[in-house]
Amino acid sequence: MVADLLTWIFLLAGSVLGITGAWGLMTFPDFYARVHAVSIADTLCAACFILGLVFQAGWSLVTIKLLIVLTLLWITSPTSSHALVRAAYRAGLRAMTHGNKQSSEVQS
Amino acid sequence: MMSLGIAVVALLVVMLFALIRALAGPKIYDRVLAVNMFGTKTVLLIAVYGFLTERPDFLDLSIFYALINFIGVIAVLKFIERIEEYDEVEEQ
Amino acid sequence: MYLILLGIGLSGFWLLLSGFWSNSLLLFLGLASTLFSLYISWRIRRQYRLYSDWSLILRFPAYLHWLLIEVFKANIAVVKNIWFPRHYPISPTVKRLPMSQKSKLGKTIYANSITLTPGTVSFDIKDDGVLVHAIVEEAIVELMDGEMNQRVSKLEQRK
Repeated sequence: MVADLLTWIFLLAGSVLGITGAWGLMTFPDFYARVHAVSIADTLCAACFILGLVFQAGWSLVTIKLLIVLTLLWITSPTSSHALVRAAYRAGLRAMTHGNKQSSEVQS
Repeated sequence: MMSLGIAVVALLVVMLFALIRALAGPKIYDRVLAVNMFGTKTVLLIAVYGFLTERPDFLDLSIFYALINFIGVIAVLKFIERIEEYDEVEEQ
Repeated sequence: MYLILLGIGLSGFWLLLSGFWSNSLLLFLGLASTLFSLYISWRIRRQYRLYSDWSLILRFPAYLHWLLIEVFKANIAVVKNIWFPRHYPISPTVKRLPMSQKSKLGKTIYANSITLTPGTVSFDIKDDGVLVHAIVEEAIVELMDGEMNQRVSKLEQRK
């Protein structure tokens, strides 16, 4: 019973965080800002989903597999977003910063 | 299980948003970012769906998908970098 | 030594993932795949020698615990930025931060931790500086205080 309740809480939290990330992906004005929205969805949202499923699975091999999925996601997602941002930066896409409100592309 | 069903629906909504951004994204990097997020959500969707149908074997697929998604994103980025270098050489 | 430890780790990983403990044909195939992975990692290690201080693994859980709390706090901050852009306006900032780690592995851990924390993402690493993009200025200020930097440096130092 307690496990079911915890599953509810974690899955709902994960869903809300995921939709938040997606909404940020839609509304943020700039590519570099969108990366942050996606990083919410990749870190805490994924962790909430996996934890919710762990409470459903109990102690078995399935739990270990779930934790392996989570570890993989937490290692690969910063790596791929770093690679993405670095590629955009190398290609000359400049970030919109505080002072200048226009995201300007500089030919490098 | 109610909660698993709600989670599946929420994940599908998130994936819909990601697809919209992938179609709309002004820069190609926005598209890759959206596809990356789509992939991560697919991993979670496979895991949750496996629990929904009470077949936890699906988790193997989701581990596999996480690896393939990562490699795919890196490969696409390499490809884009190559094309841009090639374009610069062409312009010169 | 390295290969033996990696071999034990890989065999354990195979057993956990497959869940087959008794079928001898499958066990033989698992052994074969473990040996193949060992050969590949030996070949990689011959070219790129990263780091070989095993005590880092013992110190890692404490750092991970601290990092998880930071990730949680940062998540809440960015969620506020997304839902209430009026009250918590975004102010994107780019800044080069110094990093005091010596080894490649330490630098990698630091940059990856920055990227894992929502609200900050590292985009370029040169010699001893990392270029960071943050969605609000406060995040950069917090990173400049250098708590994460010091913790990673402490993590990589041999005691």
